Amino acid sequence: MALGIEISGIRLGNPTVLASGILGTSRKMLERVIENGAGAVTTKSISLERRDGHNNPTVIEFDAGLMNAVGYSNPGAIDAASEFSDMQKLDAPAFVSIIGKEPGDFAKVAKMMENKGFSAIEIPLSCPHTPGFGTLAGQDTPEKTYEITKAVVKSTNLPVFVKISPNIKNIGDVAQAAERAGASAITAVNTMGPGMIINIDARKPVLDFKVGGVSGPALKPVAVRCVYDVYESVKIPIIGTGGIMSGKDAIEMIMAGAACVGIGSAVYYRGIDVFGKITAEIEKWMDKNGYNNIREMIGAAHE
Amino acid sequence: MNELEHVHMGNGHGLPEIVKIEKIVDENRNAKTFFLDKRIGFKPGQFLMVWIPGLGEKPFSISYAGAMTGITVYLKGKFTRRLFEMNTGDRIGIRGPYGNGFTLKGNACVVGGGAGIAPLAPLIENLDDPYVILGAKNADELLFDKRFPDAMITTDDGSKGFSGFTTELLKNILKERAFDVVYTCGPEIMMKKVFEICENAGIKCQASLERYMKCGIGVCGHCEIDGFRVCKDGPVFSSEQLRIMESFGKTAKLKNGEKVSIEDYTRHRYE
Repeated sequence: MALGIEISGIRLGNPTVLASGILGTSRKMLERVIENGAGAVTTKSISLERRDGHNNPTVIEFDAGLMNAVGYSNPGAIDAASEFSDMQKLDAPAFVSIIGKEPGDFAKVAKMMENKGFSAIEIPLSCPHTPGFGTLAGQDTPEKTYEITKAVVKSTNLPVFVKISPNIKNIGDVAQAAERAGASAITAVNTMGPGMIINIDARKPVLDFKVGGVSGPALKPVAVRCVYDVYESVKIPIIGTGGIMSGKDAIEMIMAGAACVGIGSAVYYRGIDVFGKITAEIEKWMDKNGYNNIREMIGAAHE
Repeated sequence: MNELEHVHMGNGHGLPEIVKIEKIVDENRNAKTFFLDKRIGFKPGQFLMVWIPGLGEKPFSISYAGAMTGITVYLKGKFTRRLFEMNTGDRIGIRGPYGNGFTLKGNACVVGGGAGIAPLAPLIENLDDPYVILGAKNADELLFDKRFPDAMITTDDGSKGFSGFTTELLKNILKERAFDVVYTCGPEIMMKKVFEICENAGIKCQASLERYMKCGIGVCGHCEIDGFRVCKDGPVFSSEQLRIMESFGKTAKLKNGEKVSIEDYTRHRYE
């Protein structure tokens, strides 16, 4: 049975991808995620300048998922460029997530990350909780998505993945704008919301930023619908991300149209070895149901 | 849910719970223990994320077991200053306990320095007659010397007990006695020396490390040291792990992820 999958010319040994924002703070952390079975890994998002991010609490668990407002804390592109080098020597492809306030910022960071051995650049235009970035800066419109994607595609030879928000009404239009601008894949979706959780004893929102992106099981049905819609809108492959906890969740996402699946919150629920666990569960299900490779299942729910 | 029955699908225990400060004890010039109106089951070495609504959230080791769980806090920055202004009856949020905690073994030596003595206290109480070395800069900053009257005391300035470092005392005792394990928590430079002494003597070491922590639950990756998450894989690390941690005793990351020397980290992390 073949669990491998190729997206945008990049070969993944299995369809699990570490989603951006989870664990991807250092080369060694990514290496460890790969040792735990990830088919590919994504760094935490990198901006031109250093960012403290929001104050704690930044990540909390509630009864249906996680909610976070980390706020893109990162050491900036210069430090990141020295942390992440020779990424091609890792045992699985690594993607670098980059962010910016303006198209020019994205292009600059893309350039700085170019010769580090990454297999692709991911641009999240969809963070729901960081002023100046993502949905709070209007980067999730088809126009802005086109403009930023175009700027990044022009500045790099690497494939560009565009990570989109689940909060958009016409999600297909945004995906098409990214495709038209030269994106090689769509990562769907980012966290949804923002949401808010109030501690009634403290009479205050729990997250210090008050609102945060919702991920985990609460996000899954929304993410599956988004991937389903995006699949009908574009030809480029989709990295289906949002609430995947198990092999069956991954297969559901693949049947909605994803070629591979992003894993994030599941690291909390099932441990850092969740990548290997999910891959084994996918294999078991495929075996039982007579599938020989991942490709046969992509978009199966559309037929 | 067939093959997924073992999956913990979340129960909201990750949300902070508001608890009352039942009692406050001055431990020394710079440290207070806050006893909470709650019994928390924990392993020695585990920590709580303490939330002051509107101000922030920081990790603190549990220093007292029992009907009133206690955390012992040193005055360091803005967050601890606010804690120090609190009175009995005031409320704070807690979530946890988190982290792995110490693995209990037989014939043990415990080496604690400064605020690092806090997580070691419940450990000492769970060990069978351990050899305990407690150190501080001076007598005014010593922690739990009365709680553990049999402990060997060191101060950098000689104002109480042995004049010098805990590590000197450790070296001396190792000439006379054998141990199965040495537990340590304190300034990282001290822990690094303890670890090296243990390596030379062929003794296993467990060190409780500290890094700037954000999520506390092993997902954000901020507190990682060479691929190990302090909040989830740690905070207690074994000799095997310490051996491959290149940053141990050398560098740590600030709130924004900038990697700086341990000395600069200690100086700037509370800003």
